[in-house]
Amino acid sequence: MRAIGVILAGGNNHRMKELTKKRAIAAMPIAGSYRGVDFALSNMTNSHIQKVGVFTQYNAKSLTQHLSSSKWWDFGRKQGGLFVFTPSITPDHSFWSRGTVDAIYQNISFLKDSHEPYVIITSGDGIYKLDYNKILEYHIDKKADITVVCKDFPETENVDRYGVLTMNEESRITDFEEKPIEARSHTVSCGIYVIRRRQLIELVEKCEEEDRHDFVADILVRYRTQKRIYGYKISEYWSNIATVEDYFRTNMDFLKPEVRDYFFNQYPEVYSKVDDLPPAKYNVGSAVQNSLISSGCIVNGAVQDSVVFKKVFIGNNCYIKNSIILNDVYIGDNTHIENCIVESHGTIRANSYYKGEDGIQIVVEKNDRFVL
Amino acid sequence: MIKKEMIAMLLAGGQGSRLGVLTTHMAKPAVPFGGKYRIIDFPLSNCINSGVDTVGVLTQYQPLRLNSHIGIGTPWDLDRYIGGVSILPPFEKNVSSEWYTGTANAILQNIEYMESCNPDYVLILSGDHIYKMDYEVMLDYHKQQKADVTIACMPVPLEEAKRFGIMITDDDRRIVDFEEKPEHPRGNLASMGIYIFSWKVLKDALLALADQPSLDFGKHVIPYCREKDQRMFAYEYNGYWKDVGTLNSYWEANMELIDIIPEFNLYEEYWRIFTKSEILPPQYVADNTAIEKSIIGEGSTIYGQVINSVIGCGVVIGKGTVVRDSIIMNRTVIGEGCNLDKAIIAEDCTVGDRVQLGVGEEEENDTRPDIYNHGLVTIAEKSVIPSGLTVGKNTVLSGSFQISEFKNESLPSGKTFIKGGDEK
Repeated sequence: MRAIGVILAGGNNHRMKELTKKRAIAAMPIAGSYRGVDFALSNMTNSHIQKVGVFTQYNAKSLTQHLSSSKWWDFGRKQGGLFVFTPSITPDHSFWSRGTVDAIYQNISFLKDSHEPYVIITSGDGIYKLDYNKILEYHIDKKADITVVCKDFPETENVDRYGVLTMNEESRITDFEEKPIEARSHTVSCGIYVIRRRQLIELVEKCEEEDRHDFVADILVRYRTQKRIYGYKISEYWSNIATVEDYFRTNMDFLKPEVRDYFFNQYPEVYSKVDDLPPAKYNVGSAVQNSLISSGCIVNGAVQDSVVFKKVFIGNNCYIKNSIILNDVYIGDNTHIENCIVESHGTIRANSYYKGEDGIQIVVEKNDRFVL
Repeated sequence: MIKKEMIAMLLAGGQGSRLGVLTTHMAKPAVPFGGKYRIIDFPLSNCINSGVDTVGVLTQYQPLRLNSHIGIGTPWDLDRYIGGVSILPPFEKNVSSEWYTGTANAILQNIEYMESCNPDYVLILSGDHIYKMDYEVMLDYHKQQKADVTIACMPVPLEEAKRFGIMITDDDRRIVDFEEKPEHPRGNLASMGIYIFSWKVLKDALLALADQPSLDFGKHVIPYCREKDQRMFAYEYNGYWKDVGTLNSYWEANMELIDIIPEFNLYEEYWRIFTKSEILPPQYVADNTAIEKSIIGEGSTIYGQVINSVIGCGVVIGKGTVVRDSIIMNRTVIGEGCNLDKAIIAEDCTVGDRVQLGVGEEEENDTRPDIYNHGLVTIAEKSVIPSGLTVGKNTVLSGSFQISEFKNESLPSGKTFIKGGDEK
């Protein structure tokens, strides 16, 4: 492969509310069995990229635990492999990363010590399948300096939380706005970039000199006329999980047969760390409708239109509707949960009642759990 | 130099012919169990959970499935730089090349492997039982008794004792005598086929008995050790232990997993059973379904009803289909409007629409009534069952079928229909 991979997984977003108290967005559980970063990592390995650096910062505990071994994504190699970088204090740098460019700069030796001519940069919070080789070919074909993967959103959808770009007929990006108040187009950046490695080193070093730290504002927007920046449109599924609403909707998308088929059944596969949990168990009284149930679950009650993650216990006579129950949650008997996201490792007492009235309610319950 | 206190030798070469068509293309230890596991996962997980990180797996009969399942041992953390899992098939030698002719003969032929690990103790296991056991505790017992040989034993009801090898012990649990399948048992401690040998004792015994044809632990090695007056002790085990040697006991053991709190609990946190998981996504349960008392593996899609059943990974159960008291293994697809009763359907099968399995009165099976009984319908892997077929009880199907091959679109109770040169 002619490229190395960089996954920017340091980000946090206040729009995730309580959900990122415990973890970086890239470590958010997705679709019952996965974490956000699994999608970027699987794309890397399926595109035969052998060397990948994951740049972390914000609350990386969950993420580093998830990435404790590289073998699940088939990166356990002598040549290349998976590298997890956390910010560290050095004689000439004692800050946390001040932005995406700074995160790359702090680990610039990772780029300098590689020999592959290109770098694929992606974020850890995109849910998609993509063969990066296609973009690389396009990038070379266009003689581009930077290629930005983008997707057209429906006119009806609000795109003010994305980077929005305008392309000319040659697909060259003429305009790029980050989180515009009033968007001039409905083409959004997916946060996936291809760039020549030496070009990236040069731009990053220049930015640092000028005390600029953000890849989007200080490279894409600033250099849009100077450099040949091209867009590559994808039409396949792509979703970002950086807000509670997006996170909820993305998970619920997996209840649709076409989305499940695309991610679960079609080649290539998405990989994740294997948990070795027993099969899900349904006892008498369980009534599950239109829901995803993950391994290690024990179901005694009713579940409807929901995504239930791993190792969840649902007590007798419970009713769970239109909700997401994250990993290792214990739900006591006679509990009603509707329009909620229940944070992982929670214990919900019997006879509880939660209902998101306008929007999604996030339930964080830390009660003692009595082990039977 | 490598030094391992105890290594395990796992006998996984047997066919397990009493599992009928389930073992046509794989050795018994590779047969799926409990939705997502294979039988060999239990002893392998016990090994790593007991701190035994060096395991030789002796294969012979149809090893492909076993080899690809075990690989380099990654699922069990047995992919070690020093030690780990080694697959040991029979091999050609300078003189006298032979297959493994008996349990102890297989171990004898791998004496060099054991020597290379430089062990103090060797644990002998077989790959066809479902149980959880801490071999380290058994080793402690072995050391404490200053034993040469320790045999794990289980108390069984006296009336069943005649099916087992029975150990007769003195008050200190030292084995003074034993009987193989005795008519009138003198005790009720049945050997579980799990032995710890002090390495020197095992090596001496194997070399001394090297010329014995079909060298077997129960028949030759243990009697030899007794003749030599070695210190042999019984280690009593009182947990769950199930021999899944027959189709009916295999079916029963699967069904025991779905009790509210089963005797054999897969959900215990600290003695996990590891397996190679090929299918990761969660399972999807559609509208208008009913699932009761069942376990279901990853990536399965359920549109119908599942009652009292064990469903593997990546299985599809169509709309309006009712699955009852059945075992359905990985990646099998069941069509719509079917009715499955007490069926065992192996991996990668396709069952059409409106198929009825397990219908009518029981009839004795016409080929192997000793294997296919208790009303079970057994379907071998990769079979294709055509839409509209009705199948009776104690039946066996193997192969890709068309409806025109069946008289009255049915296979009556007790009938066997095996295609494609799969004998038995």
